[in-house]
Amino acid sequence: MPNATYIALIPLLPLAGFLMLGIFGRKYFKNTSGVIGAALLLISTVLALYTAYGYFFEYGKVDGVYQKLVPLKYTWLQFSENVSIDMGIIIDPVSVMMLVVVTFVSLMVHIYSLGYMKGDERFPTYYAFLGLFTFSMLGLVVSSNIFQIYIFWELVGVSSFLLIGYYYDKPSAVAACKKAFIVTRFADVGFLIGILILAFHSGTLDFNTLITTLTSPETEGYKSAAAASFMGVSALTWGLALVFVGGAGKSAMFPLHIWLPDAMEGPTPVSALIHAATMVVAGVFLVARLFPVFAISSPNALTMVGYVGAISALIAAIIACTQTDIKRVLAYSTMSQIGYMMFALGVSKYGGEEGLGYTASMFHLFTHAMFKALLFLGAGAVIHYIHSNEMKDMGGLRKYLPVTHITFLIACLAIAGVPPFAGFFSKEEILLAAYEHNTAIYWIALITSGLTAFYMFRLYFNIFWNAPSPLERAGGEVHGEHHGEGGFVMMMPLVLLAVGAAGAGFIPFGHFISSDGKQLNTEFHLQFSIAPVALGLAGIFIAMWMYKKQNNRPDKIAASLSSLYKAAYHKFYIDEIYTFITQKIIFNLIGRPAAWFDKNVVDGMINATGNGTKDISESIKGLQSGKVQSYAIYFLAGVIGLALLFIYWWT
Amino acid sequence: MSGANIIFYLLAAITLVSAVLAVTTRMIFRAAIYLLFCLIGIAGIYFWLQYEFIAAVQIVVYVGGIVVLIIFSIFLTQQAGEELPKQKMGRQLFSALAAFCGMALVMLQLVQHKFTTTANKAVEPTVSNIGNQMLGVEEGGYSLPFEVVSILLLAALIGCIVIALKSKPEAK
Amino acid sequence: MMQPGLYHLLFISTALFFIGVYGFFTRRNLVTMLMSVELILNSVNLNFIAFNKYLWYDKMDGLFFTIFIIAIAAAEAAVAIAIIINLYRSHQSIDVENTEDLRY
Repeated sequence: MPNATYIALIPLLPLAGFLMLGIFGRKYFKNTSGVIGAALLLISTVLALYTAYGYFFEYGKVDGVYQKLVPLKYTWLQFSENVSIDMGIIIDPVSVMMLVVVTFVSLMVHIYSLGYMKGDERFPTYYAFLGLFTFSMLGLVVSSNIFQIYIFWELVGVSSFLLIGYYYDKPSAVAACKKAFIVTRFADVGFLIGILILAFHSGTLDFNTLITTLTSPETEGYKSAAAASFMGVSALTWGLALVFVGGAGKSAMFPLHIWLPDAMEGPTPVSALIHAATMVVAGVFLVARLFPVFAISSPNALTMVGYVGAISALIAAIIACTQTDIKRVLAYSTMSQIGYMMFALGVSKYGGEEGLGYTASMFHLFTHAMFKALLFLGAGAVIHYIHSNEMKDMGGLRKYLPVTHITFLIACLAIAGVPPFAGFFSKEEILLAAYEHNTAIYWIALITSGLTAFYMFRLYFNIFWNAPSPLERAGGEVHGEHHGEGGFVMMMPLVLLAVGAAGAGFIPFGHFISSDGKQLNTEFHLQFSIAPVALGLAGIFIAMWMYKKQNNRPDKIAASLSSLYKAAYHKFYIDEIYTFITQKIIFNLIGRPAAWFDKNVVDGMINATGNGTKDISESIKGLQSGKVQSYAIYFLAGVIGLALLFIYWWT
Repeated sequence: MSGANIIFYLLAAITLVSAVLAVTTRMIFRAAIYLLFCLIGIAGIYFWLQYEFIAAVQIVVYVGGIVVLIIFSIFLTQQAGEELPKQKMGRQLFSALAAFCGMALVMLQLVQHKFTTTANKAVEPTVSNIGNQMLGVEEGGYSLPFEVVSILLLAALIGCIVIALKSKPEAK
Repeated sequence: MMQPGLYHLLFISTALFFIGVYGFFTRRNLVTMLMSVELILNSVNLNFIAFNKYLWYDKMDGLFFTIFIIAIAAAEAAVAIAIIINLYRSHQSIDVENTEDLRY
């Protein structure tokens, strides 16, 4: 067994950073807070890597199967003999991998922010929030109890709210953080109900027990969950589907994805953190955590996960092709890639070769964290340089930002699935898993992969090639006085992540992570990869043809596909649909009557009680006249009345 | 019609008539005197019932004590010979009606009720019997209530003095 | 005229009680109201004695209650008159209309 102390330190160090910087930062660590935060996270990262090394190579494997270890379990709230909310740490392949990913990406973001956020007025606050965010996500991935995961889940929501709304003097940022919070919160209601259903039937909140109970058909919990049904669907499936709704909210799956593009209002490194390592993969992680239950007990729920993932992937890819804000393009690409992970889980089965999708999904999560963080940090460097998010303000930047250019290119190649970069390997596995189990999803995935390559290179060419930046055209050598590409602190994370994005694919992932803990040998099928790679390259070349030089081809194509283009440009009007539903339907049909009911009936009842009491008192206070004889008369009348009552009526 | 009966009805008439006069007369001193007659009539009824001890107590305490006390208080608080203020007519009518209704109700119940008498041997209410039982501590003894009433009387005594005491001037 | 018995005594007692009640309602002078209260108490005494005499002549509880009530009536009269005198001192009147300070 591993020593729990240092594993507990991994999430607790960022928390310590949060508390220290949050409370004392503005007074004592005005300039050093960034270094402190980064240093604490560096320790966490080292500990996480050490844990991963120990787990994967020393004690984790017993008889060829990676164990689920619970090195720390502190019973926090005991409800009954079996039901308790614990604060624990679970160590299994997924959580260890997530520890490494989260700490590493977060460390990169911390370091990068040293340069990016330099001179910001609320520098310590920013680092405090980053620490809180990292703590929440780390706590989430090691949670041993389903309620613990819910607590950290909400903490992630809160910290993302704080970070997205970091520029709180910008109305759009305020709107965006509210939107992110409300949408994910809305989904979390589903999650909570799901938790309650699962916990009710399995009789426990502990993950290991819960999974064991709900996957063995002979247990009472399984029987009751499978037998109880609502609207023709078993309680188990309902519970899992609702848990997935929560996951879909955090992971920005269609149709709960609307908060994700707006979340770009936060500082760019925060976007990198949200998109690569922390918030959006929480949903994937959750499904992966409960994967045995999904796969063994409720294939219907898993199929739903698969289709939601595939649809999200496709829609996001289409929308991404038309957006002009570079961060929004990246946001939609995130959504698309998360969709990949989701449907990879959805097509997977439990155990053995059938569990390829699970491994592929986790693999993609890992590689995606690398290249997506890189993309965002690269975009951050560009934005830092240009002070604009719009593609039309960019162009020809490769001369000015050489390091950014190269690393960005690597990331684009990785996400487009060009061998031998990381994305290629994970995507191939996903496609293979989809091909073996669900042809419809496979075709969607294939199209999406082509689109991915296209929009990523559209982005790439628009930033680094194409026409020279309008800024440059207008002001000549405006960048001479500029601060250049950013210092070492901004370049180093880019380079490190680029190395990761280029090389992560060679990790034999199946050896470490598989659905049942056994080793999974992933084979590489050359003939199978021809189609996706060819599609990807085609996408790249089309993008190159359209965007490398300034020309009017994009406009022409947009015009020829005008309605589709317009729909995609407006994100398929999903925001508008939400607005319509909330404002016209919910507000008018439910909200207003409810408000009317509250104002007139509920308040009216309260007021009537108060006023009634007052009126009655006013009218009867004359009885308390101070006249002794009147009292005596009332008294006699009462006695006579009671006497009559008891003599003639009561008998 | 025996002499005893005549005496009883006479006593009853004296009692009720003087009671009515006591509550209706406008002269307060006369009211006190009528009350006196009424109480004496009740004492007479006690005598008639052969409860001599109770009759004696009635005369000593009520006639000798309370009525005298009331007459003193009248002298202290009232200009002699002054007529009492008249109550409102409506109040008088209403009170008469209420009292009449109450009386009718009680009478009705009394007439309808069948009383059962005990079959045991009668106990003579002689002074020695009364004294033995009142101060007795065995079953049926009344020594505890007796003590309680003693304390009550003491408390009332002190209370009267305190209430009627002239409050001293504050300055001193 | 018939032989006087329990009913006669109870009739006198009831009549006395309601005469007292009537007096209590109509009198405005506190001393006279006190007299009405004495009438009421006496009617109760008469009741006790009557029941003791005609129904439970084997016991003397009615007698004792009468004695105690007389004692308490004496105490009550003393306290009441003390209060009345005190009131007269402060209000220069013992009219019940003047004792309405304790109201809403």
